[in-house]
Amino acid sequence: MQGQGFVGPAAVAPRLSSAARRRQLREKAIAGVITAMAFTGIAALVLILVFVAREALTLFLDAEARHEASPSKMFLPQVVRAGKPTAFVWQPVSSVPKVSMIPLFIGTLKTTMVSMLVAVPLGVAGALFAAEFAPRRLREVLKPTIEMLAGIPSVVLGFVALMVFASFLQDTLGLGSRLNALVAGLGLSLAIVPVIFTVSEDALTAVPRSYREASLALGATPWETAWKVVLPAAAPGILAACVLGFGRAIGETMIVLMASGNAAIVSASLTDSVRTLSATIAAEMGEVVSGSPHYALLFFIGVELFFFTFLINMVASTWTRRVLKRLSGAGA
Amino acid sequence: MKTLIASLATVLLLLLPGAARAGTVTVKGSDTLVILGQRWAEEFMKKNATVKLQVTGGGSGVGLAALVNGTTEIAMSSRPIKDAENAQLRARHKANATQLAVAKDGVTFYVSESNPLGALTEQQLRDIYLGDVTNWKQVGGPDAPIVVYSRENSSGTYVFVKDHVLKGEDYTASAQTLPGTAAVVNAVAKEKNGIGYGGAAYAKGVKELKVLQGKEAIAPSAENIKSGKYPLSRELYFYLRAAPTGDAKAFLDYVLSPEGQALATQVGYFPVK
Repeated sequence: MQGQGFVGPAAVAPRLSSAARRRQLREKAIAGVITAMAFTGIAALVLILVFVAREALTLFLDAEARHEASPSKMFLPQVVRAGKPTAFVWQPVSSVPKVSMIPLFIGTLKTTMVSMLVAVPLGVAGALFAAEFAPRRLREVLKPTIEMLAGIPSVVLGFVALMVFASFLQDTLGLGSRLNALVAGLGLSLAIVPVIFTVSEDALTAVPRSYREASLALGATPWETAWKVVLPAAAPGILAACVLGFGRAIGETMIVLMASGNAAIVSASLTDSVRTLSATIAAEMGEVVSGSPHYALLFFIGVELFFFTFLINMVASTWTRRVLKRLSGAGA
Repeated sequence: MKTLIASLATVLLLLLPGAARAGTVTVKGSDTLVILGQRWAEEFMKKNATVKLQVTGGGSGVGLAALVNGTTEIAMSSRPIKDAENAQLRARHKANATQLAVAKDGVTFYVSESNPLGALTEQQLRDIYLGDVTNWKQVGGPDAPIVVYSRENSSGTYVFVKDHVLKGEDYTASAQTLPGTAAVVNAVAKEKNGIGYGGAAYAKGVKELKVLQGKEAIAPSAENIKSGKYPLSRELYFYLRAAPTGDAKAFLDYVLSPEGQALATQVGYFPVK
């Protein structure tokens, strides 16, 4: 930087050989290509959002759609049958379509919650073990094995949840319905444990060696060092791991489609069947005629999923920044 | 020279699927009909090697939507086309759908083989699927909660049961929806308190409920369905955008021929004639 500032380009030019100049040109070209690629990603994201949002816009522009799926019908309780109390019901193909988003929100929340409750402790504890306590040999086996779990197609995980978990849980807990939020959440946790494990493990191993040495030198046991020094120091990375896992859990479709029972029930019980946002899109997209209110409604669900992931990412990044600040503040 | 031959070969390879597609007829829709549709297509292609038939499922709604969107030539449906769908078809393609009944089927209600109940009235089935009856005790069975299985709303069978059993009202929100009749049969076979529904051809490992009318329990047997005595019998349809021509017409003629109809009987359905 400094060199460029004090020798002007005009002064440099004559001193460069033609080979050097060619190299400089090539460097510039490569940099251009890489920049273009980076921006392609951003462009793809924006284009997808624009496309999904545009299809969902029918909901607000078209009079028929506005009547069938107004915000009040989506978010307030509706009359379902004459003489029965109002309720939140998702039944878009009906003589009077009922399009409440509430059961879908609850379903998504329940499966995501179960999967996070299982996967976060498992993933983080596994990562802590692999990074701090496992002998080298064991770690060399452990890490790739868990990472390979991430490569299993989700339809296979869904199959396992459907055939194995569902029967096992019903037999042991005596559940009313075989397919429910618990089974789907457990299936989901299989999918997100490797994500959380891998990213957390990277964050833990990236903690400088000097921290551990200082802690041990002060008389702390290896366990105290891992729990009170290494884990907090890696907190931002572990948080990022959990956010990634959460994002995958909220958008994962195949497992919940297969193992959740897909009944849009409003209840707090984890052993009831649930219908999630993403599974609803997958189950109903095939039947809708493009341009109909139902079609726009499914795209609206897509926008909601987009919105949730953005929101989670935003909250997490501000949180990470705060944790980082606190950590570096404590260090100074 | 070598590269020239290689590139020529590549161009040929790229053209091949395009050439093959010229004689392809796509058939899409009802999961109830998909097995039969595939059998018809196989047998037909054995006789007419130049014609390619592509049969896929997805549900009656999927097939009819594909017909409207122009992505399939023949739509399979286990229910008559809705007025709204026909209106969309008219708007896009300036013609009403051509309807062709290709087979008969009975919708049966399945319960687990361990369930002591053998027959229910239509009103009892209706109460169960509306969510007014939630315990087997209320319809004369054991004291256990009823686990209600249903199909995805793209299914023609879903619509048939909604129209004929529920009289147009909505399924209970706690009905679990499963993709495909086979999934329903599988779930009911594993769930001792379960009840599900689907085409009569699929009932394997589950008990088919008889329908109680007055004192008589009517079984979903071949003759009861063919004669229409079984109250939940229905016709299965093929839909086209216009009167059939060419390969599609040859296929439909085969489907309605004695041979095609015999195949329907073999798969577990009943002839239309």
